[in-house]
Amino acid sequence: MKEYPDLESAVDSVSFAAMDRSNFDQKALELKRFWRRFARNKIAVVALAFIVLEIVVAIAAPYVVPYDPYKGDFLATWEMPGSSHWLGADDLGRDVFSRLIYGARISISVGVLSQLAIALVGVPIGALAGLRGGWFDYVVMRFIDVLSSLPAILFYIILMVALGAGFWNLILAMTLTGWVGMARLVRGQVLTLKNTDYVRASRSMGAGTFYILKKHILRNVMSPIIVAIALGIPGAMLAEAGLSFLGLGIPAPQASWGQIIGMYQSYIRIAWHLTVFPALVLAVTMLAWFLLADGIREALATTKPN
Amino acid sequence: MAETVLEIRDLTKSFASRPGMLGRPKVKNIAVDNVSFAVSSAETLGIVGESGCGKSTLALTIMRLYEPDAGKIYFDGNDITRLNMRELKPVRRNMQLIFQDPLAAFDPRLRVDQIIGEPLEIHGVGTLRSNRDYAASLLRKVGLYAEDMHRLPSEFSGGQQQRIGIARALALKPRLLICDEPVSALDVSVQAQILNLLRDLQDELGFSYIFISHNIAITAFMSNRIGVMYLGKLVEIGETESIIRNPLHPYTEELLAAIPDPDPSYRDNNICSSSAPAELEGLSTGCVFRMRCPIAQEICAAEEPPLRTVHSGHQTACHFA
Amino acid sequence: MLTYISKRTAGTIGVIFIVSMLTFACMHMIPGGPFDAISLEKQQLVPENIKRGLNEKYGLDAPVWKQYFLFVKNAVLLDFGYSITYPNRTVVSIFRDHWGYSLQLGVLTFLFSVIVGVGLGIIAAINPNSIFDYLGTGVSIFCLVIPGFVFAILLQVIFSVWLGWLPTGGWNGPKYWIMPVLANSLAPILILQRYTRTSMTDAMQANFVRTARAKGVSKTRIILIHVFKNALTPLLTVGGPLAAGLIVGSFFIESIFRIPGIGSYFVLAIGARDYPLIMATTLLWTVIISIAYLLTELLYAWADPRVTLVKEL
Repeated sequence: MKEYPDLESAVDSVSFAAMDRSNFDQKALELKRFWRRFARNKIAVVALAFIVLEIVVAIAAPYVVPYDPYKGDFLATWEMPGSSHWLGADDLGRDVFSRLIYGARISISVGVLSQLAIALVGVPIGALAGLRGGWFDYVVMRFIDVLSSLPAILFYIILMVALGAGFWNLILAMTLTGWVGMARLVRGQVLTLKNTDYVRASRSMGAGTFYILKKHILRNVMSPIIVAIALGIPGAMLAEAGLSFLGLGIPAPQASWGQIIGMYQSYIRIAWHLTVFPALVLAVTMLAWFLLADGIREALATTKPN
Repeated sequence: MAETVLEIRDLTKSFASRPGMLGRPKVKNIAVDNVSFAVSSAETLGIVGESGCGKSTLALTIMRLYEPDAGKIYFDGNDITRLNMRELKPVRRNMQLIFQDPLAAFDPRLRVDQIIGEPLEIHGVGTLRSNRDYAASLLRKVGLYAEDMHRLPSEFSGGQQQRIGIARALALKPRLLICDEPVSALDVSVQAQILNLLRDLQDELGFSYIFISHNIAITAFMSNRIGVMYLGKLVEIGETESIIRNPLHPYTEELLAAIPDPDPSYRDNNICSSSAPAELEGLSTGCVFRMRCPIAQEICAAEEPPLRTVHSGHQTACHFA
Repeated sequence: MLTYISKRTAGTIGVIFIVSMLTFACMHMIPGGPFDAISLEKQQLVPENIKRGLNEKYGLDAPVWKQYFLFVKNAVLLDFGYSITYPNRTVVSIFRDHWGYSLQLGVLTFLFSVIVGVGLGIIAAINPNSIFDYLGTGVSIFCLVIPGFVFAILLQVIFSVWLGWLPTGGWNGPKYWIMPVLANSLAPILILQRYTRTSMTDAMQANFVRTARAKGVSKTRIILIHVFKNALTPLLTVGGPLAAGLIVGSFFIESIFRIPGIGSYFVLAIGARDYPLIMATTLLWTVIISIAYLLTELLYAWADPRVTLVKEL
């Protein structure tokens, strides 16, 4: 009978103490690791700083804006950028700078809320379709096929014409159309993971579907989901801007960037400031979110072993 | 003294293959074809055959990871063929699998202690503390250092990973371990260590093995009895001694002849098959092996030879044994 | 192969029908019929005689699914009725009069994007990690992040309002083409540049190219003859997304630059809740994009028959 190497109990207790962390601590460790990798990407950090600043300003908007964005001033109509109105004023004399800050609230909330709603709907559906298969999977695949056959904006337009402009209608329209992307992603991941040996091993040990989902699948699917959400935000902002430009998104008098551009686009010769500044803010914000999402993707890709 | 731990009767599992390359109609691929055998306690039954003969499918079907199309599985005398998942769970404690690719059998995000602790967690055994101590003792038993428990499996060598897999399989003190090509993915020098470990564990703990491999030499080393599979069918089964010294089926002879002999003066009398591996489809009549068999006659195409006993404990499916 | 073709074609037709049904259902979701909604919104009354005529024609008093069949029947005959905003013009006549502009914009954009996108992609592939490569990637990122219509606005302001070099809108000659085409090309350039670069790089690393180089064939010759052919064929298969991008771009670009094409009218129709026009245009876009995707898939299947064997689901 072979002799196996044995350990002093002293060594054992040391290693156990080192490992004596609750789940919470382990997650904190993972977060720290993620942050370290993320921070290596300077550009992404700058983007993050910009976004945080923007969010803070948006939340604190009522206290930060120099003027009430809804109140007109007939003495200031069509005023070009200057000392009293930094970015000028619109046809009713409302301050552009203030309106743009309020516009940030709309863009960010539409962007974030729509993606969260999409994840809430798409992830369970995709996971179930991948795990269960059968008729449910078939039906989900048909939905995915149809809703992927056209550019999303066409669906948004159709839905918004039917529903009418408005914040929640917009979120609804985006969710109804966008869940398929998330479902497709999750379904694909689940299908791959379902056939791995370790899921088989788990089943062979007697694990049930929910245990496997919780312990093995969800973890491995988290990263792509987070990245998808992050990448979806700039897209959602753009969609909102485009729809508001067409008059379908957020209605006046609320100040959405796209809507402002749409309203004053024909006055570009006399009031370019009413289109250029919202356009620039939109572009810069989208860029920042995109760089942030890209940074997250890179950081997640290297943190987890595979 | 020897009680039957596992018995399978006429176990069959087939897959409908996808439409053929030229749109031919779907062909049923019978991976496991009416296979029957029994495994006693503290015994090792080896299953040999070349790749694609259905050995792995057999293992997965016995474990009910695939649903059998026909046949029965008895564990400790109880029919577990049609039990639902809830009823099957306690049975699962007694049967465990060891996989060919050790690293693939672990969730890459889990640490070794979590991996070994998983079966305990699934069955609600013990507390976090006691399980950790238990996991440490298991690791020691398979020849690893308990202090490595907090590492990820990817940080270990192939042989060590397989040891972790064995430790996990032992956690619930199973009565039967099914080893699906447990050493095929390892370096030759490491293979011997793992094989010895498996034998020692069996001596100490008294469970049974079903040892699956394509290498008959290794299988002979490990097993008390050997079953030979070809294209889903069990073509010969018997005591190891009997099979090695007196192979009755032409396929077994072929497998034995293929073992490289380290003696340079040995000249083999070339029992080679005549052609490449047979077409997997459309072999509906007669003996499965007839396309490759050097002694095939007309009767082999007409009638499928049944598995019959030639001498005690030694059965074969051939018309000419 | 034939089964593949018929399956995909049937699938495409199915999608077109489903989308048209969805659109139809949405248009009729508004209680009281589409024409009353406009009255509510626009605070103007649709003239009674027109209302009666429309109700009759579209059978608006009949259940919705019946109306849908009527719609489909008319659609096949290319009869979409009269536009609401232009009560004297049929939808089809609006299409007829204005599709030429959209086509011109589309073709010019396509040509420009192909030249720039494929060109940048080729250069980037031939000189990996050079300034050209980074330039190409930079352009890609720019196209990705700056939305087409934002770029259009900026161009308009800079070159038209501030510098006065180019006209703000209209479509009367080459000067009018520059900005719209430029802005509309962002998405297509992105797609084409990325695709070309990857495709060329893959082809250049292929074994047969290594063999040719080992044989001593000059680099230029290799590129021109071997790589080109193999790399550019897959580009044919990017037609689907490209068409989608061009069409979507057309709404915004035509609107911003006041090009009297179908995209412009679509935007106006949306604003005016001109349901016949909206329905017809949506259907038109759906058909064009679906056909583009279908052709793309079939071309791909022709180029690489292995895809026909993958059993979906």
